[in-house]
Amino acid sequence: MTLSPDEIVYFSLGPLKISATLVFTWITMAVLVALSWLATRNLRVEGALSRPQHVAEAVVEFLVSEIRGTMQLDARPYLPFVGTIFLFIAMSNILSIIPGYHQPAGSLTTTAALAVAVLLAVPAFGIARVGLRRYLMSYLEPTPLMLPFTILGEITRTLALAVRLFGNIMSGTVVVAILLSIAPLFFPVIMQVFGLLIGVLQAYIFAVLAMVYIASAASESDKRIERRGAQAEPPAGASKGGNT
Amino acid sequence: MTDTALIGMVSAFTAGMTIAIGSISNAFGQSRALAQALQSMAQQPDESNTITRTLFVGLAMVESSAIYCFVISLILIFANPFWGAVAGG
Repeated sequence: MTLSPDEIVYFSLGPLKISATLVFTWITMAVLVALSWLATRNLRVEGALSRPQHVAEAVVEFLVSEIRGTMQLDARPYLPFVGTIFLFIAMSNILSIIPGYHQPAGSLTTTAALAVAVLLAVPAFGIARVGLRRYLMSYLEPTPLMLPFTILGEITRTLALAVRLFGNIMSGTVVVAILLSIAPLFFPVIMQVFGLLIGVLQAYIFAVLAMVYIASAASESDKRIERRGAQAEPPAGASKGGNT
Repeated sequence: MTDTALIGMVSAFTAGMTIAIGSISNAFGQSRALAQALQSMAQQPDESNTITRTLFVGLAMVESSAIYCFVISLILIFANPFWGAVAGG
């Protein structure tokens, strides 16, 4: 039993090993690019819309509304990054119903790469929105004593993102493989369907967590203004605000 | 008892205990969160979108501890680092 598609190496160019993870990541990317090319081939505003355009619009609309609801910010700057992460993980999970397809998300290298992308995107979006100085100052809030814990928190949450996605996807594959050796007739199919649900849910969760992390860095300035506003308010107004 | 048998026995036992304790405590925590979310949704159906979104994120956070247990038990069974110490030494 192979625990990870990293162990399947198709061919190696010197030190560079082309493993199943890489190949199936490329396949997933190619499928995504082909689907979006098909959907956006002839976009229309009026008249009868093509079916692919309807689907694409529904997907983008869903992503925009989720980003707006979770981050409480304008969705436009964050849509490309968050949307790409969600679509890539979701597509790699949906494609796993095809026999012979090894999920790239079932390998720790892919999930670690995605988590590192989130780790780098958080300061990038934060600095782009609130400026370098204010972003660095947010590490010293509420007191500079917390600085080591804040940095530690950034590292551990990246690790947690990677291991969560990897563990969920890999556990589905392993359970199906174990069931195939015990009860090969019917039960693996049920677990596969269940794994499909879990995979799409994990893609959603990964995207939402990325949004939450980015929003916590990007809305640092708003929070400070709110806090100052709350202090200035009289106590009666504060209690009224708590009830609504 | 040889070293290999001892390592195998302890690894299998620890893997089972890890996944058992990890999953049962996690199930308690997740079911509490789910029950509370259902209650809130029954009381405030208008807010069910926000509650569901927060519930999913929270469940994922809680679930990651069970996933760590699962990964550790899998490492103990399939990729045990202590086998190498015995076989190599």
